[in-house]
Amino acid sequence: MTLSSTAAPVPPPAAAPRAPQKHRTGRPRRLGGGAGQTHRAGPFTYAVLVVAALVSLFPLYWTVVAASHTDTEVVQPPTPLLPGSQLFHNLNVVWNEVHMGDALLNSTIVSACVTVSTVLFSTLAGFAFAKLRFRGRNALLALVVATMTIPPQLSVIPLYQIMTKLNWGDRLQSVILPSLVAAFGVFFMRQFLVEALPMELIEAARVDGAHSLRVVWHVVFPVARPAMAVLGMLVFVQSWNDFFWPFIALSQQNPTVQVALAGLGAGAHTTDHAVIITGALVATLPLLVVFAVLGKHIVGGITAGAVKS
Amino acid sequence: MATSVTTAGGGPPQTPPAAHRPAPPSPGPSWRSRLYRLDLKASPYAYVAPFFACFAAFGLFPLIYTGWISLHRLSLGESGTGDWRGFDNYTRLWDSDQFWGALANTFTLGVISTVPQLMMALGLAHLLNYQLRARTFFRVAILAPYATSIAAASLVFVQLFGYDAGIVNEVLGWFGFGKVDWQAGKWPAQIAISAIVTWRWTGYNALIYLAAMQAVPGDLYEAAAIDGASRWRQFVSVTIPSIRPTILFTIVVSTIGATQLFGEPLLFGGGVGVSGGSAHQYQTLSLYLYELGWPNGQLGRAAAVAWVMLLLLLLIGAVQAAVARANRKKLGA
Repeated sequence: MTLSSTAAPVPPPAAAPRAPQKHRTGRPRRLGGGAGQTHRAGPFTYAVLVVAALVSLFPLYWTVVAASHTDTEVVQPPTPLLPGSQLFHNLNVVWNEVHMGDALLNSTIVSACVTVSTVLFSTLAGFAFAKLRFRGRNALLALVVATMTIPPQLSVIPLYQIMTKLNWGDRLQSVILPSLVAAFGVFFMRQFLVEALPMELIEAARVDGAHSLRVVWHVVFPVARPAMAVLGMLVFVQSWNDFFWPFIALSQQNPTVQVALAGLGAGAHTTDHAVIITGALVATLPLLVVFAVLGKHIVGGITAGAVKS
Repeated sequence: MATSVTTAGGGPPQTPPAAHRPAPPSPGPSWRSRLYRLDLKASPYAYVAPFFACFAAFGLFPLIYTGWISLHRLSLGESGTGDWRGFDNYTRLWDSDQFWGALANTFTLGVISTVPQLMMALGLAHLLNYQLRARTFFRVAILAPYATSIAAASLVFVQLFGYDAGIVNEVLGWFGFGKVDWQAGKWPAQIAISAIVTWRWTGYNALIYLAAMQAVPGDLYEAAAIDGASRWRQFVSVTIPSIRPTILFTIVVSTIGATQLFGEPLLFGGGVGVSGGSAHQYQTLSLYLYELGWPNGQLGRAAAVAWVMLLLLLLIGAVQAAVARANRKKLGA
């Protein structure tokens, strides 16, 4: 409830997930006014930004470096700063002794299910909140926003009891089911559809006698597609990186990638630090590849959504 | 059914589509148009139902049930709610040094992992808003940490903050500082943990600020420049007030995140992560909840910690709402 008042002013940045792409085509010269846009960046600006980029990227680079060395080389000074020759050996250990392959498969299954279902349900609910009139709409929307403030810690104990009772402890459905739809997704789609979906389109379809599911399928989904893609990426990243509940619900026998990493960190599999870092690398690599390919769009999506949870 | 037909025919909400339809020749509406109106009325609820069903089942019900469990003595592996204990679990928390330590750590870790983070994000956003070469590169670069997980980032940072071979101590050495044992003391460990949080989220928040800054109308700056305002002055008097709602939003979101810090301290501590270091020096409330509930098997006491966290969040929410209201009044909007 408390959030609704503070989150309400956010819509301006959230309103236009497509706008950034438009700007990007006119690359050197930006449209319209904006803070420093008439000012050229000076050397100081570049210096600070280069340092920020280095600090952001160095731990990622060093992950690759450490993953290609031996345990001793990683733990004893001097710190290795250039890639070594042990990468494939370490990968082999991670794959065969830590069973990272199974964990990757589990994470893929969980994230794919969660992404498909969250995007679908969020689009439906976002559409209803954006364009349909019904009793209690504003109150329900405020409730959706308010639920974003509830941390998972408040519900894990009964959830754990329930999952154990259903014999779902250590099974993937115990981490998929609670994440089937997300408040931030509903809010994100609502913000997009309020602007992007003209009421006339819906009315025209209704005049033609389309029932509401046809309207959703033939009008809402096509219009919402760009935002659904962005939301899909955000949800996938979030689900892939989800930690607290999977850590409690799953064991090292049937882990997601993050749970397997927690096992590595606690020394459940090995004390070889290079192997531990290699595990972190393997866990991050799929997302970094996605990021390298779709980075621009993710940047656009985040600045458009202005929602993190 | 009868009432729904009359309201749908005469009520304001659904009039436009209904008006366009050719009126049925028969006196009573046909089953087809009845179905059509039922569809119009019910479908919004059907669309929002999955969210609320999921929230009720996996959010609200467990939240309330946690409160009920917190009044019982319940062990891990036991089903039901266990024996009634009234407020015993809460009084035990009140008397526990570890609980107060965890509360204090959650607070200090929360402050040092969000305040510098948001300030740096604001500065970076301002710089990214200049006319830049390689703009996309800088944006993607500072956002890259967001793609890593809590677990992966923490495992890597444990090594970066290592005593002997950690790069952080090495860099400190270049400037003539001695080696720091980042695991041992309270402040070094908390600073290292907040570095993980800051590293992962600064770029993300910077991009949110950047988006808000780009929506600020340019003539505001022109007017300020004509009045002779320096760039710094423009930043303070034009940029910051213009993006105030966004700043408030990030503060709310970051605070919520900070109150539930769990994975970073857990994995930073390695084998002693669950207890938040050998002397609980960086155990947060989340970690304490987990340690009580799972390694110690006392779900009732863990549930009491969960409800203390709920109270804490309500308190923070009330403060933030009051601040937001005061802000709006000051702006006269």
